[in-house]
Amino acid sequence: MTALSQADHWPVSAIPAAYLRPGTGSFTEFLATAEPHLLPGSRPIADAAPFAVPHGTTIIALTCADGVVMAGDRRATMGNIIAQRDIEKVFIADSHSAIGIAGTAGVAVEMVRLFRLELEHYEKIEGVRLSLDGKANRLATMIRGNLGAAMQGLAVIPLFAGLEEGTASEPAGPGRIFSYDIAGGLYEEHDYFAVGSGSLFARSALKKRYAVGADLSTAVKLSIEALYDAADDDSATGGPDVTRRIFPVVITVTAAGATRVPADDIAAVSEAVLAGRLLHPGG
Amino acid sequence: MTMPTIYASPEQFMRDRSEYARKGISRGRSVVVTTFSGGVLFVAENHSPTLHKVSEIYDRIGFAAVGRYNEFENLRTAGIRLADVRGFSYDRRDVTGRWLANAYAQTVGSIFSEHQKPFEVELCVAEVSAAGAPGWAGTASAGVTTGADQLYRISYDGSIVDERRFVVMGGTTEPVIAALTESFTPGWDAATALTAAVNALGTAGEGAPRTLQPTQLEVAVLDRTLQGRTFRRIQGTALAALLSAESSEPSAPAAADAATAEGAAAAKDQLASPVDGVGPDGAGAS
Repeated sequence: MTALSQADHWPVSAIPAAYLRPGTGSFTEFLATAEPHLLPGSRPIADAAPFAVPHGTTIIALTCADGVVMAGDRRATMGNIIAQRDIEKVFIADSHSAIGIAGTAGVAVEMVRLFRLELEHYEKIEGVRLSLDGKANRLATMIRGNLGAAMQGLAVIPLFAGLEEGTASEPAGPGRIFSYDIAGGLYEEHDYFAVGSGSLFARSALKKRYAVGADLSTAVKLSIEALYDAADDDSATGGPDVTRRIFPVVITVTAAGATRVPADDIAAVSEAVLAGRLLHPGG
Repeated sequence: MTMPTIYASPEQFMRDRSEYARKGISRGRSVVVTTFSGGVLFVAENHSPTLHKVSEIYDRIGFAAVGRYNEFENLRTAGIRLADVRGFSYDRRDVTGRWLANAYAQTVGSIFSEHQKPFEVELCVAEVSAAGAPGWAGTASAGVTTGADQLYRISYDGSIVDERRFVVMGGTTEPVIAALTESFTPGWDAATALTAAVNALGTAGEGAPRTLQPTQLEVAVLDRTLQGRTFRRIQGTALAALLSAESSEPSAPAAADAATAEGAAAAKDQLASPVDGVGPDGAGAS
């Protein structure tokens, strides 16, 4: 394509030459070659002590008979200050997966945007979706790219969950959960997992209550219970806020696809959990 | 070795290129893009189930192309990249069909005048308007048109045309255009539009008039009623059902919904968009 490199003849509003070059279906790889300034990892980081930025806190995921449930509280903290009461940290990643992020909120939200676009971009270019393991690995690569920033205190720890979607010949797979460390290490978790500051308490709660093969509504209730326990003992995790009507974000992934549980349903479950705690504060 | 210099007038030079590109494009099979009550309908005669002529670009933007596969595939990929980068650096609403069509026109135009060989492609960029958007005038039953959908047709030389009703590209277009001019009704439903488009495609080619089978067709819609990504492929049993639905209820607006019935489950969530229109139960698999 000799004419494509003749930049002086190329009209300004035409598609830049880099966009016309054959390449992979990966959006981040494309950005790295064509628009590197848009990639989070390529920015220089000030060599200074970590400064005050909002941090997102507890995210949990647990499997159930129908698939997997992911839930997150709504609090972002900045030191001892509550930076935001209604932040959203759990997102639908694509049709059959969900992603939740704990850590530096700004970096995390950008990473989620990029990850969702990565999956959509691949699907549009290739005409098929990535496998669940492919998506999990892709996310690991993105976390690895953030290692420099993580060492400076801008760490992001995601939790990824989903299931392999069914085809005409094969039924959908079971719900699966993947956790990460700041170095990009990828670990598959079984039954349940939690990340963020309140994760220890949430995990302990789930250890006592988790039952293999529970139905979807039980799993949703369990996730709210676990978040309540996390908020009970961790000041950085927000409990259900009945005065402002702010309740956790819960996403369910089943063979039919990933859906966010409607706010009214979550409010009802949260109020039921609260009512139970009025009688038995320990759950 | 030096080539002997032969003078060719600019007119002759451009004529030769045009003729070359036109010949390449007319060798293939035709594609029809038209508006209907529920959005934008793409119908391509395509015997390959995997090498697509119709594709999703962005939330409300679809792409159809004819001509040389490697060339329009290159442009399709570039369009998806362009749209995704713009949506990432600004917002999803800032990606428009008009902007993309212009970028394509500039690119194809430059290649036509500066490349050794012009691209033998013709493209259509379609953008569906949201239900209730300004300029969108209601459904077929209200007896009015679907005015706000945009169909841009971009030729091998970079010329761009904003079509109001339908676009026919590739292969022998004259009989297809004639048939569609006759049958087109503003705000028709999906089944009627699909049948008319398939019949129109059947008027061209060897042994015309032909009856095209679902396996010879690539059909997709930009579904106006969906939030987020609106592109859905219609194939397999869903396509066969829609093709046979026409004669029974030609004017029922409900028939339009059959096109997207399988997408409806996924529509609950805007991100759940089946790549190949295969519903959760696999009902749409071919």
